[in-house]
Amino acid sequence: MAESMSLDELSPGHRARIVGIRGNSPFKKRLLEMGLVKGETIVKIKLAPLADPAEYLIKGYHVSLRRQEARDILLEPLG
Amino acid sequence: MFNLLSKIEAAVPTPDRTGRPGQPGQLPVLTVALAGNPNSGKTTLFNLLTGGHQRVGNYGGVTVEIKEGRLRHAGRRIRVIDLPGTYSLAAFSQEEIVARDFILHQRPDVIVNVVDGTNLERNLYLTAQLRELGVPLVVALNMADEIRKKGQTVDRRALGRYLSAPVVPTVGTRNKGIKRLMEHILQTAAPPPAPPTITQIEPSSPPAAIHYGPEIEGELERITQCVEEQTAAAAASQAAGGPLPFLAETSPWWLALKLLENDRDVLEALSGHAAAGALLEQVESSRRRLAALYGEDPEILIAERRYGYVRGICQEVVRQTAEARMDMTVRIDRVLTNRLLGLPIFALLMYGTFWLVFAAGAIPLGWLESALGFITAKIDLLWPAGRAVWLHSLLADGVLSGVGNVVVFLPNLLFLFAAITLLEDTGYMARAAFLMDRLMKWMGLHGKSFIPMLTGFGCTVPAILATRVLDSRRDRLTTMLVLPLVSCSARLPIYALIIPAFFAPEHHATVMYAIYLIGILLAVVVARILRSTVFQGRPAPFVMELPPYRIPTSRAVLLHTWQRCRMYLRKAGTIILALSIVMWFLTHFPTLTPAQQEYYPPVERQQAQAAHSYAGRIGRALEPVFRPLGFDWKINTALLGAFAAKEVFVAQMAIVYAVQDDSLPAVSTAPAAPAEGRISMDPLRRHLQAEYTPLIGFCVMLFCLIATPCMATVAVTRREGGWRWALLQFWGLTAAAYLLTAAVYQVGSLLQIGTS
Repeated sequence: MAESMSLDELSPGHRARIVGIRGNSPFKKRLLEMGLVKGETIVKIKLAPLADPAEYLIKGYHVSLRRQEARDILLEPLG
Repeated sequence: MFNLLSKIEAAVPTPDRTGRPGQPGQLPVLTVALAGNPNSGKTTLFNLLTGGHQRVGNYGGVTVEIKEGRLRHAGRRIRVIDLPGTYSLAAFSQEEIVARDFILHQRPDVIVNVVDGTNLERNLYLTAQLRELGVPLVVALNMADEIRKKGQTVDRRALGRYLSAPVVPTVGTRNKGIKRLMEHILQTAAPPPAPPTITQIEPSSPPAAIHYGPEIEGELERITQCVEEQTAAAAASQAAGGPLPFLAETSPWWLALKLLENDRDVLEALSGHAAAGALLEQVESSRRRLAALYGEDPEILIAERRYGYVRGICQEVVRQTAEARMDMTVRIDRVLTNRLLGLPIFALLMYGTFWLVFAAGAIPLGWLESALGFITAKIDLLWPAGRAVWLHSLLADGVLSGVGNVVVFLPNLLFLFAAITLLEDTGYMARAAFLMDRLMKWMGLHGKSFIPMLTGFGCTVPAILATRVLDSRRDRLTTMLVLPLVSCSARLPIYALIIPAFFAPEHHATVMYAIYLIGILLAVVVARILRSTVFQGRPAPFVMELPPYRIPTSRAVLLHTWQRCRMYLRKAGTIILALSIVMWFLTHFPTLTPAQQEYYPPVERQQAQAAHSYAGRIGRALEPVFRPLGFDWKINTALLGAFAAKEVFVAQMAIVYAVQDDSLPAVSTAPAAPAEGRISMDPLRRHLQAEYTPLIGFCVMLFCLIATPCMATVAVTRREGGWRWALLQFWGLTAAAYLLTAAVYQVGSLLQIGTS
């Protein structure tokens, strides 16, 4: 059973699929333009030393997102 | 190609697009703009194309830089523009607006889209948007060597077919593919693209084969039709407010797409137009219909479809042919952004940078200072005695000491700029922002604000220039406005003069530490206040690419360092020169008459002159204002000097108290002379002890810490942010300093702390 979760709950080293982004359109569009598109697989690489932000791998490149933004990105875990 | 070129050469010379008339017998200047994602190697290609022949200019009054360079190729004069690096053309950030405006309004002959081949999918998102604009496009598939290292191949012919644009593989760092790129630029430019005029509107077909699906495309068609109807109506009735915006530059289809995407910039341009009402009604109904159908705003749908199109292309043209080697960047980051090691390594690197700037930079600084002293001494020696004394004084005390004392810091800045360039070009800067973001968030700022803050301990001016790394204008302005609170090294001489005069040796370090700490705390408080008042609103999402580590070419590092230094020198030659002359005038005029000079005994003559000068008069006029802070006219006069440069405070106090080294000629009462050397500090400290209380001493330091950023800071804030913010910074900080210092002085006097 695929349980939905948000990106900030993903543990480092794990991967999941993006199923949607919450929030207003400009914010959503910004994330979309950086490649955080529905259906895309995202990997959480690591947390910064002070636990925020975190490093992710998406579309073959590395990106840093704050917990605040990650909370609005909804995921479906992958096996 | 030869035929085409000779045909154009035979043509009658016409004025080029930039409006300058072409010289007889010459082809018009070709304008080529480079567009691409940040970190796509765009600037490296730009440097290769233009060599050192480039200049940095601010575009349209905003802070985003546009670099321009010129070259000649195959007999053609070519102007190359390096547009700001963007991920999109959505008019979301300042950079995107500048890039899009340039493409639309300046109509470059060719756009070279620099694409990072190792990150094709995200890079092609921008390409898709450029295609939609319908501009003449050449794609530079950059980092072609790294694609191979990733074990991939890119079928560039197929890619070119999908994008209907030539695709040229390049390796910017090794100067490969530039010649072919140049050939394709000339080929693409050869048939001059006629801008679509209202009479020759094409049927509503998208310029590229992006399929948005029947629903979206149906609505797009409806809006396009509406645009065309309104255009026809406007043409028929002259009174209707002229043609619609953007149509001179692009197609009705593009305008329809942007309207459906709810593009802020396009909507703004349309507002007030006669056709806006009918058009926006259609757009609104289309947006509502799509939103109801998909449960999502059209701009999101469009972005998703656009990515879908790009992903489709990538699946067709990218092949994984070999096992990818272990990513070097990931391995490096295992250490550099390690949870335990990351911060200590960062601290060490920053310490190293500062050591380089201040310890290593002090050596050439010494040379320059000696050179400056030598020149001043030579002038003193060679100047015919008693002739044009004022001119001598202006040269020695005004120009040489004012401009000279700014120029002598060039070695420090050279090291600083080199270090910043290295940190940026290797990719470490993004990691520094990643590591520090949590701390900076607490100030309402962004991880990238950390570097300017740190630089601010050295000098506020390069720190303000370093805020250019920030993407959002609000972040940039907030950082700029609080930067003067980070105590710069020019304030050190003030503390070094005052602390030993009033505090016991065992407390020296504590007081110094306290002053720095007060500055940092105030910076935090002010940043938070600014964030909740002037710059309120949800902060821009912190979505920051962590680019792969790259070894920068020494050429690029030298070039970028030089560009930054040149800007600093230009400032020294213009604004600082002017203000130095003004300060010199204020402290030297009006002069005492010979009779007045006779009246004062020689030891008092200088103080009398200082009191008599405009600066002295201003200082006295300010006495009632500054009395609540415990300052007298002498301190006021010195504060006036501190506006020229903070360290001038010390020299100015020395002039007022006439503790000049007697062995020096009287004329070199250099207001900006270095605190050491000419002025012996101990007599001055004894004067201070005799006249002021430790409380006043502390208040002077506090005031100097907070108030009136020096004129160089104000000048550079104006340049980078505009007058409004420079004035807010100046008056805001001065007011804060006044209130805080007054409070400390009054409370201190009341409780009799440090009053004896």
